[in-house]
Parts: sequence; C-alpha cells; structure tokens
Amino acid sequence: MFAYIVRRVIYAIPILVGINVLTFYLFFVVNSPDDMARMHLGMKHVTGEAIQKWKASHGYDKPLLLNREADGTGQLTDTIFFEKSVRLFAFDFGYSDDGRDISYDISQRMLPSLAIAIPALLLGLLVNITFALMMAFFRGTYIDTSGVILCVVLMSVSGMFYIIGGQFLLAKVFRLMPISGFAGGIDALKFIVLPVIIGVVSGIGSGARWYRTFFLEEAGKDYIRTARAKGLSEMLVLFRHILRNALIPIVTGVVVILPLLFMGSLLTESFFAIPGLGSYTIDAINNQDFAIVRVMVFLGSVLYIIGLILVDITYTIVDPRVRLT
Amino acid sequence: MIRPVILWTDALVFLLTLVVIGFILYARSKPHIATPWQRVFAGRIAAASAVVLLAFVLTGLLDSLHFRLPLEGNGNHGEVHYAVEVLSALDVLVEPLRTRVEKTYSAPFATHLYARETVELEDGSQARLYPPLKYGGAHLAASGLPRSTDILQRSLRALAEAVLAAAVALWLLAVLLGRRSGQGARAMAGLILSGRTGLPWRTILATLTVLLACIFLAVNLAGVYHVLGTDKVGQDVLYQTLKSVRTGLLIGTLTTLVMLPFAIFMGIVAGYARGWIDDVVQYIYTTLNSIPHVLLIAAAILMLQVYIANHPELFETTVERADIRLLFLCIILGITSWTGLCRLLRGESLKLREAEYIQAAAAFGVSHGRIITRHILPNVMHIVLITVVLDFSGLVLAEAVLSYVGVGVDSTTNSWGNMINSARLEMAREPVVWWSLLSAFLFMFTLVLAANLFSDAVRDAFDPRTRER
Repeated sequence: MFAYIVRRVIYAIPILVGINVLTFYLFFVVNSPDDMARMHLGMKHVTGEAIQKWKASHGYDKPLLLNREADGTGQLTDTIFFEKSVRLFAFDFGYSDDGRDISYDISQRMLPSLAIAIPALLLGLLVNITFALMMAFFRGTYIDTSGVILCVVLMSVSGMFYIIGGQFLLAKVFRLMPISGFAGGIDALKFIVLPVIIGVVSGIGSGARWYRTFFLEEAGKDYIRTARAKGLSEMLVLFRHILRNALIPIVTGVVVILPLLFMGSLLTESFFAIPGLGSYTIDAINNQDFAIVRVMVFLGSVLYIIGLILVDITYTIVDPRVRLT
Repeated sequence: MIRPVILWTDALVFLLTLVVIGFILYARSKPHIATPWQRVFAGRIAAASAVVLLAFVLTGLLDSLHFRLPLEGNGNHGEVHYAVEVLSALDVLVEPLRTRVEKTYSAPFATHLYARETVELEDGSQARLYPPLKYGGAHLAASGLPRSTDILQRSLRALAEAVLAAAVALWLLAVLLGRRSGQGARAMAGLILSGRTGLPWRTILATLTVLLACIFLAVNLAGVYHVLGTDKVGQDVLYQTLKSVRTGLLIGTLTTLVMLPFAIFMGIVAGYARGWIDDVVQYIYTTLNSIPHVLLIAAAILMLQVYIANHPELFETTVERADIRLLFLCIILGITSWTGLCRLLRGESLKLREAEYIQAAAAFGVSHGRIITRHILPNVMHIVLITVVLDFSGLVLAEAVLSYVGVGVDSTTNSWGNMINSARLEMAREPVVWWSLLSAFLFMFTLVLAANLFSDAVRDAFDPRTRER
C-alpha cells in the first residue's frame, strides 16, 4: 500500500511538469512579456522604458529558458522559467502582478471557500441519495418516471439561474437572509445558508439521476434476487444491500472532488461576494493577473492528482476485494 | 449587389450540415444504422424534442448566412464600398426587430419607457413622466383601441393562423404518407390523428402546432410591440435572444466537431497499438484532465485577448474578431473535453482488438490501418455518437458560465451568457428589469431540455447495455 502511494506520487511528477510546461508556453511564449506589459499599461502610447520598468518590477525581464549572461547554475536558474514555473513545485507562489503575496492570500481565502463547499457537499449528498433511493424504491411506477423527468428538467436549468433566482426570491422578495457578503465567526452562518441551499438545489437534477442508475444497477444483480427470495422485506433489501453496495461508486465519486473543494466554486463565490479562492480566481481573470491564474492552474492540478490517489486508497477501504500492488 | 461574408464558423457550420446530410443519405440504405435511429424517433418525447431542436437549428443556420450590404452613393469609379455591418439572413427576416430601437429599457408589451424622464410640455412647463415609446404600441393612437383589446385581437388571429397552418401541414403529411402506403389521404389523416402510425406523427404535429403558434404570435405581435421588452440601449430583447441561438448551437456542435478527430484517432490508436504509444496518449490526456477546465480555458482566452489586442490589423470588422474568438473558444473547449471520449475509446478498442473477428482479420494479413478503419471504427461509433449527443447540452450551459467569468464569447456577440451577465445588474434595479433574464432563461431552457431528452433517447437506442434490459 505504502509502496503504491509512493509510486503514484512519483507518477504525478511528469504530469505536473507537463502542466507547468503547458502553462509556461501559454503565458510566456505565445505572448511575450512585452505584450503583457503593454496590456497592463494600456494599449497605446506606451514607451519602451515603461515596458522595461514594468517587466523589471515583476521579474519578467529575464530570458525565458537560458540566461547566457549569468554563470554556473545561474544560467538555468536566473530565468523566467525557473523563477515563475519551477518554483511552483516548492509551493513558492511568489507575488501577484499587483504585488500581493499569493501564498498569504490563498491561506486567508481557503476557509470561506470550505465553509460553503463542505456543507453544500454533505447536504447535497444526503438529499441526492434520499431522492435517488426513493426513485429506486418506486422503480417502474409513476413516482419514478416523474422523478426522472423532474431531474431532467432541473438539469436543464443553468446554474446561474438558480443563483440569480434564489437570490431574488429568498433574499430580495422574502428578505430571509442577506443577498451576498461574508463575515467571520458565528456571523458567517447567515451568509452561508443561501449559497448552500442553492448549491444543493442546483445539484439535485444530475446528482439524483446519476445515483439512481447506481441503485438500479445494483438492484438488478443476482444477490438482490437471492435476498428477496430469502423473504427479506423490500425496505431491508434497499437499505442493507442496495444502498451499501451502491455507496462504493458514490463515495469514490465524492472523494475525487474532495481536495478540489479548497478551490471553491467560481460561480457561487463571485455571485455571493464570498472572499474565497473561487472569487479570487475570477478576480484574477478579470484583472488579467497572470501570476495568480498560473498559480491556480498549478494548485488545481495538484489537488486533482491528490484526489485521484485518494480514490484508489478509498477503493481498498470500501471494497476489500480491491488490492493495490 | 450584396457581398457574401463567410466567417470561419459559418464555413464549419456548413461543413457540419453537409456531413450530417451525407450521413442521413448514407444511413438510409444501411438497415443496421437506420434501425436504432428509427427506434429513437419512435419515442414520442424524442420526436417532439427533435422538432424543437430542428427549429433551433434552422434559426441558427439562417443566422449563419452572412453578407454585407453595399453603401449607397459612392463609387466614383464604378467600385462599390460595403457597409462595415455584417448582416445575416435572419436579420433580414426579422428586420423590424433589429431596426426599431428605443431609448432604453421598456417592459414587454409596454407603450411607455421604463424610467421617468423630464419632458417639456407644450405650454412650456416641465414634468417628470414616462415618455411614450417610439415604436412599441405606437399604432394604438391611430386605431384608438385599448392595448389589451389590441393584444387579444392579434393573439386570436395568430392562433387561428397557426391552427390553419397546422391543418395544412396535417393534410400535406397525410397525402405524402398515404401515397407511400397506398392509402387515401383521408384515411391516413385518421390514422395520424388516432396515433396509429409507425413514427409518432401525431406528437410531431402537436409540437409543430405549438411552435407555429409561437411563431405566428411573434409575427403578429412583435411587429408592433416589444414582446420581450427592450434592453439598456433600447434593443429588442427578442432579437437578441434569437441571435443568441446561433452562438449556443455553435458552442455545442463545433466544439465536438473540433475534438472528434483527435479523440477518435488518439483513443483508437492507443488502445490498438498499446505499448509506448498508449503510454504517451494516456500521459497527454491525464495531464490535460488534471488542469481545472475553467482555468485552462481562462488562461487560453486571456492569451488570445492579448494576441488580438496586439494584432488589430488582422481583423477587418468587429464581427470577424468576435468570430475568431468564438471559434477559438470552441477549439479550447474541445481540447478540454476530448479526454473523456478518448479514454472511453481507448478502453473499447483495447477490448475489441482481442475480439475473434479482429484476430481473424489480422491472421488474413489485413493491414493495421484497414483493421482500424473497417473493423474497429464502425464498432466504436455508437460510443462516439452517444458522447457527442450527451455533451451538447453541457456545452450550451458552459457557454453561459464562461461568459460570466469573462472568458466566454466576445462581449459584442449576442449570447445567452452575456444576457444573463447583464441581467445580474438589472435584477438589482428598482423596479426590477426581469425580462432579459426571463427570455434568456426560456430559450436556453427549451434548447437544453430538448437536447437532454433527445440525447437520453439516443443513448437508450444505441447503448447495447440498456438494450438488454
């Protein structure tokens, strides 16, 4: 098991290198730092000096890959590639284009993201599983059919309508909670409720329908027929056999996104003005802050790979037949 | 003379249309392809959604025929200059919607502007009142009818026309089907109305009637009112929504078109060749998949923005610039979304290459290329088809999110994402400006719902696993 994890981590290295090379290519080769400087300083009437100054202050004035003027290892390390891309491996994120410490910002913004994401995930799981179980219990009847149709209808609504509609109805018309914003400590609660509710509702359609297929697949298997033949009640079959076995794909599906919860949700956070990592990313995109976008790409990839490794470990825990070698 | 403009996306749209038409002609003579499709259309829900989808596709196609009108009063040497504005066939068809621009917001069916303005009265005094619209309901003054009566009259006429048109459609269909099966048109119409036909013609006609009713209502009412209101600069919202149809469809289909060759080639070759080729392909798609998609798209679009900003000389009109951005968005969406299909295809061809008929073909000395094209490709096409159809609605929804994040289509392109984006501020106004959001919601929801229902039917018909059940 330990050897397996070590090997997976080693496998992750070439993938991260690939991601780094790709983002490096996108950010520095397709467009030169000169272009970025011009973009930031305004398009017209930019003097060469201003560009040089901007580049120097942001560390973009070095050669891309190889610094012929430096000596020794400096030839490789005193370059944009080393400074901006290789450093990411040490989780040294550097400074954003407007001069803020990215690592500090991330550590500050992680908690609000999690405060929304974790309750939304847990509550969503509960609601989706309950709804899917109900459809599976009444399979083949009108309840099941109308449940599926409801799911398809819910799925067809864009997530943004849920957010705008929810904000409008619950916060503006009924005034149940603040429309947006965030506060520390216990005050956070009233700001969290609405995003969590909307997060859960917008996920029901796809989630419940997806889980229903797991339940139905399990319900069609031989051991379920045996269980029924033994005379077990349908309720017992449903909860003791179908639910427990169908939980395997459900749990692994959840585990893979667990690490990514740190990144927060782009849409929810920016609509509700929550100072999490999702709105951080959106602001960076809107302000064209390439340093932050680059860091977030790297961070997201690392978290995704961690998620994949976690899934494999979870498999061995929830399904004893699986052995990792 | 008008000057046709073929944008990049137009060319791809027509290529795609040709491919689809070619496929239909080809499939007609091949029972093993035609049978599952017949099963798809035999379902009532699928048939109804297909009609709705077709209506959207026709709107999108009309909107893809672009041209520039000549400017009047020039050409001292016989040469003609053309307007900078690029129009489409749809623009001509809905000319009144495009040209009747009000001053600012107005509610659906309104006769007055949404906000009060200071107006100078005839006697020289000033008053704050709602100024009347330039076009919306302007005909009422002449006829003297109250607005509600006028709307009712026009709606009733529209419905009558729709029923009449539907009856004509039924008669035509009955004659056509009757001729094919050797029955009289009257008997055939009876069969259709009682729902005893192979394809659910009754459902198709019912859907068509509803669509026709919407169209005739629009024709009768949109000419004199702003049926869905006007936006901040006074443009008709119905017009914007109609123009957005093309954007949504393009994102949903071109993305697939762009990624398909990659995904099919890489997936099959990886599964068939195994060894280091397999490792390389797996490495590529794991790497691409590891990057959060929104961020990869954001990074690529940001870079495109920088490129366009630094090379303004490459684009003649703003429409061309917006078009390149749309195309690039499709490409980058394609790059992020091919990995799933590629993985599926790799797995399937790993399995297929061990199948006996492939082994037999290899033993007969059939070349690898031929085995792949003749034996493996046709046997994985159902996976390709299912993925393509299932992806469509997700891509349409993704467009809205990306436009909101600021990395979607150009802000000058009409799209539902841009409409929702501006609606966000409008919802905070007092009184609320709700009509932009509502119309974007209605059209998007209809398209996505129809696509979801249709794709479910396609999956059920083509997936061998669901067929056994």
